[in-house]
Amino acid sequence: MAVLVLLDHAGGAITQPSRSALAAALPLGDIHALVTSADPSAAAAAAAQLPGVTKILTAASPLLDHDLAEPLAALLAHLAPAYSHILAAAGAIGKAAIPRAAALLDVQPISDIAAVIDADTFVRPIYAGNALATVVSSDRIKLISVRAASFDPVAETGGSAAIEALALPDLPCPAQFISAELSRSERPELTAARIIISGGRGMQNGDNFKLLEPIADALGAAVGASRAAVDAGFVSNDHQVGQTGKIVAPELYIAVGISGAIQHLAGMKDSKVIVAINKDAEAPIFQVADYGLVADLFAALPEFAAALAR
Amino acid sequence: MKILVPVKRVVDYNVKVRVRADGSGVETNGVKMSMNPFDEIAVEEAIRLREKGIATEIIAVSAGVASCGETIRTALAMGADRGILIETEAELQPLAVAKLLHAVAAREQPRLVIMGKQAIDDDMNATGQMLAALLGWPQATFASKVMVDGEALIVTREVDGGLETIGLPLPAVITTDLRLNEPRYASLPNIMKARKKPIDKVSPADLGVDPAPRLRTLSVAEPPKRQAGRRVASVEELVALLKTEAKVI
Repeated sequence: MAVLVLLDHAGGAITQPSRSALAAALPLGDIHALVTSADPSAAAAAAAQLPGVTKILTAASPLLDHDLAEPLAALLAHLAPAYSHILAAAGAIGKAAIPRAAALLDVQPISDIAAVIDADTFVRPIYAGNALATVVSSDRIKLISVRAASFDPVAETGGSAAIEALALPDLPCPAQFISAELSRSERPELTAARIIISGGRGMQNGDNFKLLEPIADALGAAVGASRAAVDAGFVSNDHQVGQTGKIVAPELYIAVGISGAIQHLAGMKDSKVIVAINKDAEAPIFQVADYGLVADLFAALPEFAAALAR
Repeated sequence: MKILVPVKRVVDYNVKVRVRADGSGVETNGVKMSMNPFDEIAVEEAIRLREKGIATEIIAVSAGVASCGETIRTALAMGADRGILIETEAELQPLAVAKLLHAVAAREQPRLVIMGKQAIDDDMNATGQMLAALLGWPQATFASKVMVDGEALIVTREVDGGLETIGLPLPAVITTDLRLNEPRYASLPNIMKARKKPIDKVSPADLGVDPAPRLRTLSVAEPPKRQAGRRVASVEELVALLKTEAKVI
C-alpha cells in the first residue's frame, strides 16, 4: 500500500516542514503527495519535482482554500482506504487536521514523531521532550504528524511525479475563514532558518527587540522569542519557540536574555550549536549552551552587531 | 448555554520529570500533580462566558483514576458548577478520551466544549480535534480570542505565521492556546464552596466505551544529554569561536 503525505504550500512552493515530513515518510513505502487549495496547480508543479514522490494528487476546491480542518480531515478520511500511512508536518494545519481525520477513521493518531523505527513503530517526545517514547501502533492505517526539526528536508528538485486531479467527495465546511494577521518579514521562517537569534524576558520591551535585528540581518537569521517575551507582548505569537510553540533545530541558536525554562529548552535543545547571552551566570540556559557569555545584553548586542559588521 | 470543560490531571509543569530506570515510563509516584495548564485556561474562559451571561452552567469532566476527582475539585473551586468523573484504572489515550467525552456530551447536550489544546504530559495535541470529529461539530483549535455572537463563534487562532480568525456555528469545540486568558486563583471561600458541589461518577462501561489503547509503549528513554560548553569572556571571543571553532558563521 502507498503512503500519503499532505503538503503545506505557500506562494506555490512546498514548505520546508512539509519536505521534512516527506523525508520521514520515505522509508515507509511508495509516496503519494496531496496538495489542496482553490487552485493548487502551482503547488502541484512544485511538488512534482520533490524527490521520492511517485504521484501528486491535487484537490481543487474553494472549500479547501484556507486549510480549515473540517473539509481537510474529511478529504483525508475519504482517501484513507488506499493508504497504509497518512503524514503531515506538525504545524498548525497538520495538528488541526490529522487527529480529526484519525477520529473519523477510529484511529489513534501518532503526534509529532521524531524518528521512524519501522512501519508500525515510531519515536515521539513526551513531557516537553524530557523523555522519548517508542510506540507501536495496532491501527490498520497510521495517522502521523511529523516533528519537522527531527528530519532533514528532502531537496526541492530532482523528482518527476505524475499529477492527478482528484474527483472530490462532498466536503463539510461549517466554519468560515474571516481574516488573517500574518507577520511579514524579509527574514527566513523560524522553522526553516539555519540561524536563529531569540530574545526573552531580559529584552524588557518590544522596542529592544530591534537590537537583535542588525545581528539577524548580518547572519541571515530568523528572530525568535521565549514564551515570556510573547506573553509580555514584546513580539507576536508566531515568534514563540518552545514546547507549545515552534520546535526548531538550526545550526546556530543564539538565546539572548532567556533564562532557559524547561518549556523553552523543549523547543530548541536539538540545535547544533547553542549560544547564551545572559547577565545571570546561574541561568539554566548555560547548562545547554556550547558558548556562554555572562554579560548585559544591552552592551553585548551592539558589540555583537559591530563585530559582525567588521 | 451549557459548557463542558474536560480537565486532565498531569505532572505539575514545574516538576523536572525523571525517566524510570527500567524504561517503563516517567516516574509519577510521589510527584506533584496539577491540572493541565491549558485546561486551566479553558476553565477560566468558560467562567468568563458565564460572567458575561452567555454560559448558564459549566460542567468539569475528567477521566482516569480516582484522584482525578481532585482536578475536578480545582475546576469547581475556580468556578465550575458541577463535575463528572469517568473513573477507570485503564491507560487512556486521546481516542478513548474523545469517545468518553463524546458519550458524556451525548448525555449532557452542551452547546460548547472548551478544552486545552495539549496536555503537557503526552504532548499529543489531539483530543479536542478528535472529540469534534466524533460529535460532527466544527473545531476552533489554538484559540487566543473567543467571542460568542448569538449562535455563532468568532475565534482567533494562533497559527504558524501569526493569527487567523474564523467564524463557526454552535455547537462547537474550542481548544485553548496560552494567550487566551490568565486563569484566576481559587479564593479560600470558593475552595470551601467547591467541597459542596456535586461530582457524579461514571465508568467507561456505563458510557458504553471500550477504552483499550491503540498505541503500545515499548520503552521510554531519556533524550541525549547536552553538555554545558564553555564560558567566553567577551563578544569578540564569542564571534571568533563561532567562526573558527564552531564554523557556523
